[in-house]
Amino acid sequence: MTNREIILGRIREALKIAAPYPTFHDSATTTSPLPASPQSWLPPVGETLEEQIQLFRRNAEDLKAGFRECTNANEAGQYIKELALAGGWKKIGRHSGELTDPVARELGLPEVRTDGGYAVNDLESCDAGLTECEALVAQTGSVLVSAPSAGGRALSVLPPHHVVLARRSQMVPDLTVALQRVQEKFKDNFPSFLSFISGPSRTGDIERILVLGAHGPKKLTILLLP
Amino acid sequence: MNVHAKTFNEAARHQTADLRQRDWIQKALAGYYAKRDEFKNRFQSWSGARDTAAAVKWEAVNHLDRYLDEFASRLEARGTRVFWAPDAQAVRDYVVGVARQHQVRSIIKSKSMTAEEIHLNDTLEQAGFEVVESDLGEYIVQLRHEPPYHLVFPAMHLTRQQISDLFQDRLGSESTDNPEHLTMIARRVMRRKYCEADMGISGANFAIAETGMISITENEGNARLTTSLPKVHVAIVGIEKVLPKLSDLALFLPMLATAGAGQPITCYNTLYGGPRQPGEPDGPEEFHVVLLDNRRTELLADAEQRDALHCIRCGACLNVCPIFKNIGGHSYGTTYQGPIGSVITPHLRGLQDWKHLSQASSLCGACTETCPVKINLHHHLLHNRRNAIQARPARFEKLVQTGFVFMMRRPRLYEWAAGIGRILQPLQRLVQGTVLDPLRAWTKTRSFPPLAEKSFRELWRKRKKL
Repeated sequence: MTNREIILGRIREALKIAAPYPTFHDSATTTSPLPASPQSWLPPVGETLEEQIQLFRRNAEDLKAGFRECTNANEAGQYIKELALAGGWKKIGRHSGELTDPVARELGLPEVRTDGGYAVNDLESCDAGLTECEALVAQTGSVLVSAPSAGGRALSVLPPHHVVLARRSQMVPDLTVALQRVQEKFKDNFPSFLSFISGPSRTGDIERILVLGAHGPKKLTILLLP
Repeated sequence: MNVHAKTFNEAARHQTADLRQRDWIQKALAGYYAKRDEFKNRFQSWSGARDTAAAVKWEAVNHLDRYLDEFASRLEARGTRVFWAPDAQAVRDYVVGVARQHQVRSIIKSKSMTAEEIHLNDTLEQAGFEVVESDLGEYIVQLRHEPPYHLVFPAMHLTRQQISDLFQDRLGSESTDNPEHLTMIARRVMRRKYCEADMGISGANFAIAETGMISITENEGNARLTTSLPKVHVAIVGIEKVLPKLSDLALFLPMLATAGAGQPITCYNTLYGGPRQPGEPDGPEEFHVVLLDNRRTELLADAEQRDALHCIRCGACLNVCPIFKNIGGHSYGTTYQGPIGSVITPHLRGLQDWKHLSQASSLCGACTETCPVKINLHHHLLHNRRNAIQARPARFEKLVQTGFVFMMRRPRLYEWAAGIGRILQPLQRLVQGTVLDPLRAWTKTRSFPPLAEKSFRELWRKRKKL
């Protein structure tokens, strides 16, 4: 017998006796207690895109992330230039993409592109990582990235400042819709990596005091393009 | 009394007397309570969310064979190697084997309570590998050669001064009382480690059957780096971590963050579905998922306590437990502290050796009330007490009880015994709590109420006479 068979056998043996169904708080019913989706329990989200963008802004700011709406790629490029100047950036990491290409051109800094692979130390010495994303989640202020949309796994976590470029159409109300979107998009061919990023890296391990920039980025900036 | 119970009693007595430590834990938790309540209140219905979460976990755990099989098959289809580990030794051998095969020199590890459970670090170090914990709290307790104090906040018992002294001593850093500076010292050390390490070891918070992915929840980014840069990634996953659908995360991620850390959502919630895929720029060449039983199936077989496998290791029950707050995390002597640890440790490590944990409870039910997946924690402590006594009856106690019942059914005998008691009680007072006292086990911390000079019966008779 393989280990798989041994463990599955133990489980089947154990499950021969049924366990009582969990008791419910608000009702005595035990039939079909599950709502189709947990959306009715989770924090409310506005109806319109505009409300959702405002909610995203509030949540991102609570998470100590920067958020800015830009009218075009030019404006986004200008804003990132200001960030680069203020942060003294000498080199950026990025991947190729519809949104990242024009901004990087505008920026004109030396760059490490992760597209076809990269040397870890090169990426580690970058001052910022520029990526796109799969979705922005209004309910939590999170950015959903994947390996293809964010230049792999490390680009969005290794450099000390992570800058995300997103389109308005990528704003979704909540985690349920964000997960639905990637499921519809990738079907059975998921990337090996997906991550909900909610604010810059942080820790509270010393006296429960919040410190930003534990192991990942100290800063996160999200730019919303039309 | 067995050695574990003795050690527990001594540690608990010592910690309870340490008022400074108790104040410190209270202070550390005060901020958590405020934040947890704030974010719970943002839910449209926290109780509805708990009901749903409990039902989802019930579904997963009660059809575990089906979901685990689906989870493993989907992972394997994408090039992940799934290893089924019946016990702790099997995992230890497997992980050492993978490390040897890749001629690994240094290993970076992100937080995994499951790895703590099987003492993986000790094994790897004995086999000659360097293992570094990358979570800040875990790194601090690793430098102190201590187990984690709390399953979510491993170093919550330490002050910044203690941590500064530790870093000075072990890393040669400057003294500082600034938590940010301390964090940056660890960040610099760890950055080098990420770039050098050949192998990353992580745990998992959830295992998604539908898509064959593990989900890791963290704040620091250390797990992301651990799973991005080294060429091999091994994830140790308890078999109970399964969730049926990807969409279940929409509920579990915010609930875990709120109940566990008083956050609306944790900083990184990451899904891994395989090694680096064609066309992807980075990620490990090999991804191993180890599914660990280690007596979880024995707990599964106990239908009454099966819901203890619903646990998502958020630590909320520790944070509200009056016992935890007074005796601290290390007194338990277990991998999993607090109410959930007291419930599951007897199943994982032997009922008779760990039954004393079921007695260390006020049965107030705060744990059950706070549990986001509605585990019936305080009742399970009672179930463990009952099971322990059924498996090994206390003969002397039984004898005393039988004698008591015999006496209570015979009024004259009772009257006679009460009369003897009144004569003997003053004598007992003289030796109370000393070795001469036959009731010492009870009276060394308690005093008997004095028996009335005249019994009710005597008073009644006297009154009738009047």
